[in-house]
This record gives sequence, structure tokens and C-alpha cells, in this order.
Amino acid sequence: MELVAEGLRKALQLILALDPEVLGITLLSLVVSGAATAISVVVGISTGTVIALNRFPGKKIVVSLVNTGMGMPPVVVGLFVSIFLWRNGPLGFLGLLYTPAAIVLAQTVIATPIVMGITIGAMQGLPSSMRLQILALGATRTQMVWMLVREARLPLLAGVMAGFGGVISEVGASIMVGGNIRGSTRVLTTATVMETGRGNFDVAIALSAILLAVTLLVNYLLTVVQQRERPR
Amino acid sequence: MDKVGSARLRMTAALAACAFLVAPASARAAPEARTVILATTTSTQDSGLLDALLPVFEKETGFVVKTISVGSGQAMAMGRRGEADVLLVHSPADEQKLVEEGHGVNRRLVMHNDFVLVGPPSDPAKIRGSKSSAEAARRIAAAAALFVSRGDGSGTHSKEKGVWKAAGLGPEGQKWYQETGLGMGETLNVASEKGGYTLADRGTLLSRGKSRPLALEILVEGEPLLLNVYHVIEVNASRWPKVNAAGARAFADFMVSRRTQELIGRFGVNSGGAPLFTPDAGKKPEALGL
Amino acid sequence: MTAPAILEARGLRVERGGVAVLDIPSFRLEEGELASLIGPNGCGKTTLLLSLMCLLPRISGQVLWRGTEIATGRDAIACRRRMAMVLQEPLLFQATVYENVASGLRIRRLPRREERRKVMAYLERFGLAAFAQRSARKLSGGEARRVSIARALAVEPEVVFLDEPFANLDPPTRQAITEDLERTIRETGAAAILVTHDQSEALRMSDRIVVMHRGAIVQSGAPAVVLNEPANEFVANCMGMETIVEGVVARRTDGEIVMSVAGCEISAIGEGSPGDPVYCCIRPEHVTIDIVNPAGSSSARNVFEARIASVSSVGPYLKVKLDCGFPLVATVTGESFTTLGLARDRGVFASFKATAVHVIRRGDVGHPLARAGGPDSLPSTGRGDR
Repeated sequence: MELVAEGLRKALQLILALDPEVLGITLLSLVVSGAATAISVVVGISTGTVIALNRFPGKKIVVSLVNTGMGMPPVVVGLFVSIFLWRNGPLGFLGLLYTPAAIVLAQTVIATPIVMGITIGAMQGLPSSMRLQILALGATRTQMVWMLVREARLPLLAGVMAGFGGVISEVGASIMVGGNIRGSTRVLTTATVMETGRGNFDVAIALSAILLAVTLLVNYLLTVVQQRERPR
Repeated sequence: MDKVGSARLRMTAALAACAFLVAPASARAAPEARTVILATTTSTQDSGLLDALLPVFEKETGFVVKTISVGSGQAMAMGRRGEADVLLVHSPADEQKLVEEGHGVNRRLVMHNDFVLVGPPSDPAKIRGSKSSAEAARRIAAAAALFVSRGDGSGTHSKEKGVWKAAGLGPEGQKWYQETGLGMGETLNVASEKGGYTLADRGTLLSRGKSRPLALEILVEGEPLLLNVYHVIEVNASRWPKVNAAGARAFADFMVSRRTQELIGRFGVNSGGAPLFTPDAGKKPEALGL
Repeated sequence: MTAPAILEARGLRVERGGVAVLDIPSFRLEEGELASLIGPNGCGKTTLLLSLMCLLPRISGQVLWRGTEIATGRDAIACRRRMAMVLQEPLLFQATVYENVASGLRIRRLPRREERRKVMAYLERFGLAAFAQRSARKLSGGEARRVSIARALAVEPEVVFLDEPFANLDPPTRQAITEDLERTIRETGAAAILVTHDQSEALRMSDRIVVMHRGAIVQSGAPAVVLNEPANEFVANCMGMETIVEGVVARRTDGEIVMSVAGCEISAIGEGSPGDPVYCCIRPEHVTIDIVNPAGSSSARNVFEARIASVSSVGPYLKVKLDCGFPLVATVTGESFTTLGLARDRGVFASFKATAVHVIRRGDVGHPLARAGGPDSLPSTGRGDR
């Protein structure tokens, strides 16, 4: 247990000293996972809304695929994305492998089904005549979709938090497509694994503590938005 | 502006911000010609040697090196697929095969360090002071003492298999022989926790973090069989056109250059006491007793 | 030539799963007119409202706004923004009462200042000013209903559709909201269609009653006409004719026919040839109960011996089911019931006037009678003044 205490002390040390490498790693984690979450929110909410609100043949299959995608192991996603991004692979010409963009790509693939699945559930949870009522108020289709999204904002924001949580904490895909390269693709999770392997438990615990703190902070902010009560 | 309109504006702004985040991230990736993908092993990376050498190389040549540290097996596989430009590995048998198959060219000796047999201070199998690693292996088998293997097809793993072979034993499947499938660092953690024996390269051992020292001691060392020899191999650009041949050549040349060899020879002296590696560029393999 | 109706449907057909759920050759809603739409569940009332708002795809037919066809999607939205609909469920948004009422205005992109003015005005009208900043999800049923109505009317529509807006409200709340609503609609001069099951509401508020059955309009006319001259048995049932019995015309004298019903004879004013199969419809309010035989001392042409089969209370009155050889329903006040010493199985005399009997030719069920050109009246049954 003193090891954990030692680790926490080290964490504080690194943060207060503004250790540039740790700061860099933390910032990169936030930027990469933040970007992936943002993209998945745009794609997930828009596509999820379209799926939820429309009837089409094969809808049940599509929805079950999305639900399956929610539980996709990140390391599997990482494997397949890296196969695509290999130099000699189909998307090799993009030269994205071992860059932060590759991690953003892989994490977007991980987060999008999560956000999409929760969006579908949230939109389908709205009263069925709500759509009609909004149209009856004279809304255009775009206005209607926007109003429905606002109505469902509680579960949708939970979806955003789930998406973010899923990617900031994953390590399998980040290692495979990022390569844990110092100064360019090393993020909090991959650094933690590396430091553990090297026996630097104190640093590993410090990095874990920072990861948890960062995740807590982001989720707190999102929760504040989600739970925002109007004045009486 | 009404609520719907201003909210839409906010969303568009957020979208644009994301696009800007991703674009520079990939733009920051150096243009193809200047990037060199170096596939090496976790043990090499963990020793810290590359952290010391690469900045020098990058400054000198302007190439940017992306070090991908994986198991030996994966490093070779990357070479076979043309997904790396140059390899720095220490698995001679596999390396020779790679060259014979035509995937690797210009295999050059760089340095060596050695492997050691480590185990719990109590040494239940009494291997301390064995004359050879093979003898120690036989003693471990006889005592059915816990032995932790990397079991991951790495150079270390190959070396370990060689030791068992020399002892005429096949420990796979025995209850006291456990394979982690993980890197050297993790395997040492496991051995330390469980009080077992393992084969480790000295570099990893010496560069190990001090925050939680291993409950292991070096028990057998200093035998030719236990030498850990590093070669640098350039991936065959004629077979894989996308390989950065110029960068690979530059890196390989750098590794065997006199200045670098000197740096290698001095590496680790400050922290570990003894140098972690012995520079060998230009020497004949026989000189090392291989 | 009459002025174009504010809303008109021509040849409107809507299908669901290959089955026609709405088939309206013609329907007109005049400017400022308040029409009530009555019919059993599933007869197409809501479908008609949604079709008039162009919210449902139709197989064929046109909807016209002030004489111009609503052809494109853009036309539909433009017209829709001059209408409003209140659904059965209040369906308020997760926001304050103010924001809910303002939502229609915000959709129309009204400038903030004007929006504020209108919202506060309509909150006042419906007694919601104190709730403006309250979260809409925390309202009682009646308050929520008011908000939903205020939200619809705040856009100052030219046509309002109300789909059973007062369902599940207790009578006093219902009364209060209905009054506010009617007053507002009349003041703004909007046309309205009110779907309701409450006959008395329909009678009180409407300029016209439209009865629907199985996707078609069965009768459309002034409340008094539909009430007392239902086009067929179905409408009669809808409008509260409690006694509907089958019979055959026995004979006629001028202006009067006598029908044979279950062995008795009923006199009525009307047309018909002997042998015609008919329904006789009598409202329970038109039946009188005597304990002595009134024949000869009363102007009622129809007097029967009867036995009281059952008694039940309906609001402030008692509904008495009588057996005269055919079933006959009468409404009596509780006081009369007690004063006369009436009770089950008591033998009494039931009487009603010939003018109270409404005769419908059998085989008329399902005959659509809506006509273009405003409230219409039935083909006359030859009645004089009543």
C-alpha cells in the first residue's frame, strides 16, 4: 500500500513540477480521445437519429449490429485498423500509421457504435407522437430533429460520456496503431503499460492517477451540463 | 439569434475545431521520405539505449525515427511485410532466415550484451555457481522449481529454448514451467512475485526501475551460450518499394559508426555502474565465440 | 358562388396496409367555423386532422388552403405554420412553461421581443403567468393541458385542430379550460375542428357537427339537426338516441305513419309506404312515465303499458329502462322517481309524442351525406314545427 501512496506522491510531484513529458502525454490523451469522441458524437447522433426515426427493411439487423459494435474489444478494432493502415495495406498511402491521427481514427471506430447505440435507444424512448407534435408546430425536418435531440439530451449526454470513457481508457488500439512512440503517440494508457513493464511502478501509478483525475474532471463537466436544472 | 440558430452555430464551431485537431496531428507526422520506421524489441527499448542514441541520429541526419518496440517475432514479421524500414534485433537464427528469404539485406553486427539466469535468493534448485547454463537447467528440472518463460517467440525466448535444448530437456507442459507471453519487464515481475527462475537480458535487468526492486538475484552468467547479440538489418527495398531505403541505410550506418559505438560502450555507466552493452561493429562473429 | 373555404379536402383517400382508412369525397371548413368531429375510436378522426395538416401521405385527393391546392412540401410547411394542433397527450418539452409556449414562435423565428410579448399574453389568457419559469414536467394534468393549448394558440393560427384535448380531466377543470379555449378561439376568429366524445360539449361549442364512421363522413350539419334528425342508426347511436327499435310501416294517413314494432303500434310523423322496414328512434328525454293511464287525457299519441326493467343513474338524472313489448329508455329526475313511488318491476305507463319519434329507413347505415357548401340539413322527413 505504501507503493500506492508513493505513486500518488509521485503523481503530485510530476503535476506540480509541470513535468513536460507527463504534460505532453496527458495533453495528447485528451486531444486524441477528445477528437475521437467529438467525431463519434457527430456521426453517432446524426446516424443514430436517422436509424431510430425511420422505418426501413433490415432495421432490426442494423440496430443489432450497432449494439454489437458497442461491445467491440478495442484491441480488435486496433488490429483491423492497423491492417488497413499498413503501408502496403489499402489505406497505406495515407501514411497514417503510428501517428496520433491513426489513434483518433481507431478510437472513433470504437466510440461511434457506443454513441450511436445509446442515441437509438434515447430517440426511441421519446413518446411516439412527439415527432408529430413538433411537425404540427410547423417545424421543418431539420428543426424537428434538433428539437428531438434536445428532448433526449439526458440520455444522449450519457452516451457522450460513455463514448469518451470508452476511448480515454483503452490501450489495445492505441498501442497497435500508435506504437507508443515517445513524444508523438505516447498516451497515458500506453505509457502506463510501458512503465509497469519496466518496473517503474511509482510512475505507472502516477500516470494512472492522472488518467483517473482527468477522466473524472471531464465527466464532471459533462454531468453538470446534463443535469442542468432550469430555475423554478 | 434564436436558440436553435445559435446552438447550430456552436455545433459547427465544435466540428471545425475537431477538424483542426486532427489535421495538424497528421500533418505533424513528418513527410514520408523523412520518417524511418525502426522495428526493435521491447528489451532493447526498455534498456533506454535508443532514447540516448536516436536524438543524436535525428539531429545529424534530419531523419525522424519511429521506434516500434514489439516482440522479436513481430519485428521480423514487420520486416517480412515491408512495414518497417530497418530492424534492430537479437535473434540470430530467425535473422538468418529473414536474410535467406530475401527480405533483409546488409545484416551487420552492432553490439552484444548477455543473458543471465536469475532466481530467488533462496535458490531452491541450487543453481548458483553452475558451470554452464545447461547444468543449471538440469538442476531446475530435477528440483521441479518454478521457471517463468517469456514464451513469446522473442530473442530471449529463443535463447532460453537453446539452453533447454543444450540440457537435453523439453520443459514445455510441465507444471513448474510457466509461460507469460509477455515482455521481459512483465516476466521479471512475475518471476519476482512468485519466487521463480527466469532468463533475462542483463540490459533490462540493470535498467530496471528502482521503485520496487526485484526479489531476484543473478545466479548464472558469463557463458558464450548466453551471449545476446544485436544486428541491424535493412529491409529489402527492391522487394518492398515503399521502404525508406535511404533512411534505413543511414540508420544502419549510424549504428556501426565509430562515434555511436563509443556511445554504446559508455551507455549505462552512470546509472547501473557497468556498461549495459559491448560494441561489436566490424568484428567477426567467431571473435565473440559464436 | 360561395367564398373559398379556409380548408377543403377533395377526394381524399388515405390507406394503411392496403386498406382505406379515410375516404372523404368532400369536406369544407369555413372561415371562423367551429366544427366538432364525433365518431367511435378508429373511425379516422385523427387521420382526417393529420391529413388536413398534410402530415400523412395520401393515396389520392387534394387539400386546399383558401382555394389553392397544397401541392409541395414547402407549401405544406407554409400552410402548416398558419395552423395549430393540440394532441390528446400534452407532450410538453423538457423545458420551462415559457419555453414550451414559445416553441411554435421560435420555430417561426420570431424576434425575441415579439415572442416575449405574445408568450406572456397567452400565458395570461390561460392562467399560467405564475408558472412561466416552472419546469413543464412538474405540472398537474390540467396545467399541462393548458400549456399545450397555449403553445398551440400562441402562434395565432387561422385553423386550430383539437384532438380530444380534454380527455381524462375532471369536470371542473374541463369546464374551465373549455371556456378559456372557446373564448380565445372566438376572439381571434380562427376556424377550429374539435374531436370529442362528449356530446354535450359538441352541442354547446360547435357551429357544425360532423359524424364519422369507418373513414367516411356520415353526416355533417347544424348541431340541432344532427341531434334530432340523425341520418341513420349509427349517427343516432352516436348522438345519444337511446331507443332504437326495428319495425315495419303498417299504414299511413296524411302526414302520419303507423309502424308495427314488436306487436305494438307506434305513430310518427313522416313518410313511408306500408311494408317499408324502418328504425324508430326516440330520445330518452322525450319519454314520460305515468302511474295512471294518460291515454285520452294527453296529447301524446303513443302510450304503452310498461314494466320498469332497470334503473341506473346518469349524472343528475335516472335512466329508466322500460319493457313495453319493445325496449324503451326514459330519463326521469330522481325526485319524480321517488314522488311517483317508482321501482323495479313496477307496472307503469310510458308515453311519447308522435313528433318525438324519428324514423330512419333501414338499410341507410353508412350512407355518407356530407355535401360541399356549408352546413347542410337532411332530406326532410316531412316534419312541421315541433
